[in-house]
Amino acid sequence: MMRLFDNANYDFLRIRRYAYIVSAIVAVIGIGALATRGLNESIEFTGGSLIQVHATDSTITIGRIRSALDQGGIESAELSTFGTAQDFLIRARLLASSVGELADADSTARAVDGALAATFGADHYSIERVEAIGPRVGRELRTKALLAVVLSFGVTLIYLTIRFEWRFAVAAILATGHDIILTVAFISLMNLEITLVVIAAVLTIVGYSLNDTIIVFDRVRENLHKFKRSNIYEILNRSVNETLPRTVLTAGTTLAATLALLIFAGQVIRGFAWVMTFGLITGTFSSIYIASPVLLWIERKWPGEDVRGTRALPSQRSDPPAPRAG
Amino acid sequence: MTASIRNRLIAIALLIAASVFSLWPRQVTSRQLGPDGRMQDVTIDRTPLKLGLDLQGGIHLALEIDESKGAVANRSDAIDRALTVIRQRTDQFGVMEPLVQKSGSDRIIVELPGERDPERAKEIVQRSAFLEFRITDMQGQFRDAIPRIDRALARAGIGAAGPQAPSTTSPLQGLLQTDSTGADSTKTDSTATTGGAFSSLLFQGGVPGEYLVPEESYPRVDSLIHLPEVEREVPRGLSLVWGADPRSQGARSFRPLYALDSRALVTGEQLADASATIDQLTGGAIVRFTLTRAGGRIFGRETARHIGDHMAIILDGRVQSQPPVIKSQINRDGQIELGNATLREAQDLALVLRAGALPAPLKIVEERTVGASLGDDSIRKGITATIVGAIAVVVIVALYYRFAGLLAVGALLIYGVFTLGGLAAFGASLTLPGLAGFVLSVGMAVDANVLIFERIREELKANKTTRAAVDAGFQHAMPAIVDSNVTTVLTALFLFQFGTGPVKGFAVTLIVGIVASFITAVFVTKTFFLMWLEWRSPTRELAI
Repeated sequence: MMRLFDNANYDFLRIRRYAYIVSAIVAVIGIGALATRGLNESIEFTGGSLIQVHATDSTITIGRIRSALDQGGIESAELSTFGTAQDFLIRARLLASSVGELADADSTARAVDGALAATFGADHYSIERVEAIGPRVGRELRTKALLAVVLSFGVTLIYLTIRFEWRFAVAAILATGHDIILTVAFISLMNLEITLVVIAAVLTIVGYSLNDTIIVFDRVRENLHKFKRSNIYEILNRSVNETLPRTVLTAGTTLAATLALLIFAGQVIRGFAWVMTFGLITGTFSSIYIASPVLLWIERKWPGEDVRGTRALPSQRSDPPAPRAG
Repeated sequence: MTASIRNRLIAIALLIAASVFSLWPRQVTSRQLGPDGRMQDVTIDRTPLKLGLDLQGGIHLALEIDESKGAVANRSDAIDRALTVIRQRTDQFGVMEPLVQKSGSDRIIVELPGERDPERAKEIVQRSAFLEFRITDMQGQFRDAIPRIDRALARAGIGAAGPQAPSTTSPLQGLLQTDSTGADSTKTDSTATTGGAFSSLLFQGGVPGEYLVPEESYPRVDSLIHLPEVEREVPRGLSLVWGADPRSQGARSFRPLYALDSRALVTGEQLADASATIDQLTGGAIVRFTLTRAGGRIFGRETARHIGDHMAIILDGRVQSQPPVIKSQINRDGQIELGNATLREAQDLALVLRAGALPAPLKIVEERTVGASLGDDSIRKGITATIVGAIAVVVIVALYYRFAGLLAVGALLIYGVFTLGGLAAFGASLTLPGLAGFVLSVGMAVDANVLIFERIREELKANKTTRAAVDAGFQHAMPAIVDSNVTTVLTALFLFQFGTGPVKGFAVTLIVGIVASFITAVFVTKTFFLMWLEWRSPTRELAI
């Protein structure tokens, strides 16, 4: 019979300061990266065009593509390989409309195709993917993405506040906020491109991390009623420990899924897979090391009396082994 | 077997049957362009689960009214009419499920899944296809006006730039008349009207109202004829229209410019049918058309009045081929010669003519095209990842929970059928992020089972009987399962609301996946447990 963390009784709350330090270090590094490098917004938000080219001719290199584009008059295009040495991504700004031509969003892609065909011949490469976003659509997509993030976060919080009392909700918010900051830091550090799909990954992580936290807090709520003689410190520790097998196992199966995506699902979805994988780790970390300690801190600062008036006080039986703050 | 278990099994069987039914291949009929250029119905068997554009390849376009060439009077009416026209065009396009819909108040979304030729698709969707028939300037009124145009340009300080002058330079002010005469004298064979800034660029064409402009002067002449000074001098009732294709005479290439009646005899609105064919005599592609009865009456009357005159066929503001002379009254049938266009191009033209003209020019504001090979590649990799991920999850769960884990694996299989069936039933498309969402939801679907099993273990540890532990486990795990599912569904709903294609696919998969995982965990797994409790020997312990 396989048992992980059976009868686990770790004093997670005791090492909360170390956890804070770890998080702070990652956050500081990430925010540093964010400040120096900024976020790499995809053309979905900035407007522009992205062309994925597959070369069937192995002599085609980034350098040759660049000179082909230069000859075609396409300037300041950003070039990179994509997955293999034969696949290339070309990102370019939209061309200004020329006289008598419509200012179509796809004009740049057409010009790139023309320039490549002129240099390499049309049968030596194929255009695998074109994304062309006009500036107005880009602004709209950005607004929509922001709205999706803000609204989904807001509504989830309202739900939490209804389901739990506000102390739990605030702790869950802070833990999730912690995950968002760390994930954004990770995105900046890895120089991942922010696309709509990556934003979807961040939101999914928010959902997952909240899940994790909710399940611990559900147990906290239950234990508050069950162990009326224990103090909040003990109850939090007990709840984290009791849910630990579930936390680890679910994180494990989900991690198996995201790793499969990261390794096997190809380059197109890789940004999504990276964010999911990292977010899963930080989400699990935060529900163990951040959410409960924050709840402890809130309970000590504003003792709750709605469930039972004495829960923040030390019990008569055993004093918490943790040192007092300060 | 107790009645409760039997009812549960029936419910599960029905759900599975419904899922399988919604996934069962069925016949789909679509109209496609056959090799002979006619539309024909094609029927194939196909699984109703739709693949997104990123998986099967295809093109997604967002179009808006283009006002760069002049404001459009009634935008909302124009966009609605454009929607109808594009829908008719894409219906004949030959893809299985074209999607044409309005987005917001001023945008049209066109999706052509499986389309392999994005350039052709864009051409067909975007083409205005405005067809007119007009009589050329038979009296030579425009030719008489050319000296006045020259003088007007001279007054405006715009001098002649000879055909040899580099056309990219700005208007060369104050250049001497002699300069252009000098340029003209180099082409002694030409029949150029000599003189000023405008006339020096024009040569008399072969039919009345036709003028030839050297190809290199085309941009300059085009900008000149749009100057207000020139527009004022063009005789009332005439307008200037370029020819569609350059024409070569000797070593030089010329662009025809036509002075035409501003009034059209008939327009494409009167068109009843059009089809493409190859002219047996010339070998060139032509489009034959038939006018409506009313249109035919008007056309017959007008052409009878204009016998001996030349009639220009204008498509999207360009004169097609040299205007032929009207030999006799023309009623409902006619043809458009397309020069050296291919039959395919002629077929496309016939298609857009049949569907009618766009009420206003449209421009592409967003394009997403995925090639078929990238789509295939994504499917292959996505499926590999799904299988590997699912196997990993199954191995972990089976190793960790042993017998109960096997029950969970069985439930997981049913979960997969439910999810795919649900996606097909809702007509949702499976996209690459959707596939990722599916992999992810397999990982998360286990969560509900894990919550329940952990709870049962705890209850067993508290020395409850197996049956009591199972009951209590399901009961106590419920609040946590509901809470965690609700938060994820809320997130997914917003993603669905604000996301575009692929992200929407992700959101739908997530929502359907969560609902399916909830049903399997709390209902299917529980049924399995109940069956086991029923059939086990009373002393047998639960391996969990």
